[in-house]
Amino acid sequence: MTEATTETNTEAIRVRGVHRRFQLGDQTVHALNDINLDITQGEYISVMGPSGSGKSTLLNMLGLLDVPDEGQYWLAGKDTVPMSEEERAGYRRDHIGFVFQSYHLVPRLSARENMELPMVLAGIPPAERRKRLEPVINRLGLTERAGHKPEQLSGGQRQRVAIGRAIIMQAPLLLADEPTGNLDTHSGADVVELLEELNAQGITLIVVTHGMALGQRAKRRLRMVDGAIVSDDTFAIIPSEEPAL
Amino acid sequence: MIRLQDHFTFTLRSVTRQRFRTTMQLVAMAIGVLAVVLLTGIGEGGRRFVMAEFASLGNDVLVMLPGRKETTGGLPPLTGEGTRDITLNDAQSLMRISGVERIAPIVVGTSRLSISGLSRDSLVLGTTQDFFNIRDLAFSQGQAFTTRQGSRSRAECILGATLRDELFGPKRALGQWINVADYRCRVTGVLTDSGTGFGFDMSNALMLPVDNAMQIFNTEGLFRVMIQIENIDAVPAMTTAVEQQMTLRHDGQLDITIVTPDSLLSAFNNVLLVMTFAVAGIAAISLLVAGVLIMNMTLIGVAQRRAEIGLLKALGASSKEVRLLFITEATLLATSGAVLGMLIAEVILLGLRVKFPEVPFATPVWASASAIGISAVAGVLFSWIPAQKAAKLPPVLALQAQAGK
Repeated sequence: MTEATTETNTEAIRVRGVHRRFQLGDQTVHALNDINLDITQGEYISVMGPSGSGKSTLLNMLGLLDVPDEGQYWLAGKDTVPMSEEERAGYRRDHIGFVFQSYHLVPRLSARENMELPMVLAGIPPAERRKRLEPVINRLGLTERAGHKPEQLSGGQRQRVAIGRAIIMQAPLLLADEPTGNLDTHSGADVVELLEELNAQGITLIVVTHGMALGQRAKRRLRMVDGAIVSDDTFAIIPSEEPAL
Repeated sequence: MIRLQDHFTFTLRSVTRQRFRTTMQLVAMAIGVLAVVLLTGIGEGGRRFVMAEFASLGNDVLVMLPGRKETTGGLPPLTGEGTRDITLNDAQSLMRISGVERIAPIVVGTSRLSISGLSRDSLVLGTTQDFFNIRDLAFSQGQAFTTRQGSRSRAECILGATLRDELFGPKRALGQWINVADYRCRVTGVLTDSGTGFGFDMSNALMLPVDNAMQIFNTEGLFRVMIQIENIDAVPAMTTAVEQQMTLRHDGQLDITIVTPDSLLSAFNNVLLVMTFAVAGIAAISLLVAGVLIMNMTLIGVAQRRAEIGLLKALGASSKEVRLLFITEATLLATSGAVLGMLIAEVILLGLRVKFPEVPFATPVWASASAIGISAVAGVLFSWIPAQKAAKLPPVLALQAQAGK
């Protein structure tokens, strides 16, 4: 607690002694066991491990969707653990973009409206929203599909809409939970390429997966077993040099 | 914070793109409000109709009837039977009280009328010239009784409009002789059709001079005495004066009852108002049912949209905003349903007014306003619990619900 906050300029994330336990029947599951983590802005990190190892819980915690039982989680220079739910909601909006395995698009809204949603929730005026939407839609190659509902889009297109929604607020942190899990190889490669492109532009990218092919593309790889980080290795590969999977 | 306009756009989309659910809620609310507005409208129309009928009696007329009954709040005894009759002399003595403008003694019975072999039973009313003045009855033909007060009455009678048509048809009635039981009278006047009033359908009655009627019915006692007073503000004072006069004439016993039009009106008014309220209350139950339905629908909506709620929160909506979204949606549905129901009810009432022009069917403003108000409040209240549930949902759980992880 006495640690200097001046370091946090380059340090996007600092996690200290985080525990998270769940009660399943009469059994306590230790989903996060003494997690310590420092992440610098612009890193590309993959989190791998068998199912039940706590990687999704870690991602939820990092994404402020879940609160640790113990420990500190500093995001953008502030400890988020003591925050109220309302404060956390604002923080999520401004600092974090999510990409989920099952896209989580609102079915009754068009692709454009889905991408617009975070800006609507943030109270950004319509003119400004349109101005921000156009380049993102163009970049995602969704110009012709922007008016379609999710059910009229392919899986790859849906995930691209979800990525558009995640980056529209220009959040510095992008959390992706099995972003290619529901996609065929080709559209999966497409999505990975897009995510890495965003990372190359300075966004911090954390990808949770149990696919080795995807996990090994990251420069820094975390491996989790039973709620603990068992290995944290940094490799010298530059992702963009390898062809997308 | 979400901009207000975006808030409504979001809600509106949610409403218009889930047509079945929206339609069901609208119908439920509309039926509830329709019931309230329509039933109070009909109840109120009936009340006003009855009140207008009674108001035709006039505010400056006291009615004296034989017998004394305690009337504590309830309806005065319309068929009071006294121990001692009110005689014609009693009635005429009232004219000596200052402030009394006119009196009209009344005897009522049914009797067989016959002309040239045709006969029918009819209401027969014995009274005096002043009765027509007090009741403001107009003549379409002829005139009222020609007898001067005090002298012995001539054998004359006056017909109500309907009775005249039934007895004479297209033939001339004036000057014809009618047998009333074993008494004969000549028709000297016919009333215009003025409808009913004070319980008598005048258009179906035959009117005779009061002394002749008393002979026919073989009675000394009057059924009623109508007393018209000069000053409308003197009703309580005049009531006391009449009571004193009658006590004096009846050996110190107060054995008559005086009914003021106000007490009669307010008694009827109370009864009818209670009925209107009762009907409105029954109808309000359907509003309550609609409210419960809205709560269920919102609950189902919350369950179906867990993932969406989780997503909204992940994207940065606060619990407060999520709650507000659901409440707005429910309230919007409730009020539009209510307005729809009110419009339908007003159309039906309009139809009823066209069909029955004599009854003023109309919903009082308080009923419509409270129906709309109640449904809006029901919308908020009944969506509060589900919305609260939605808002409390941790984003993780909400997202997992659909992801099926």
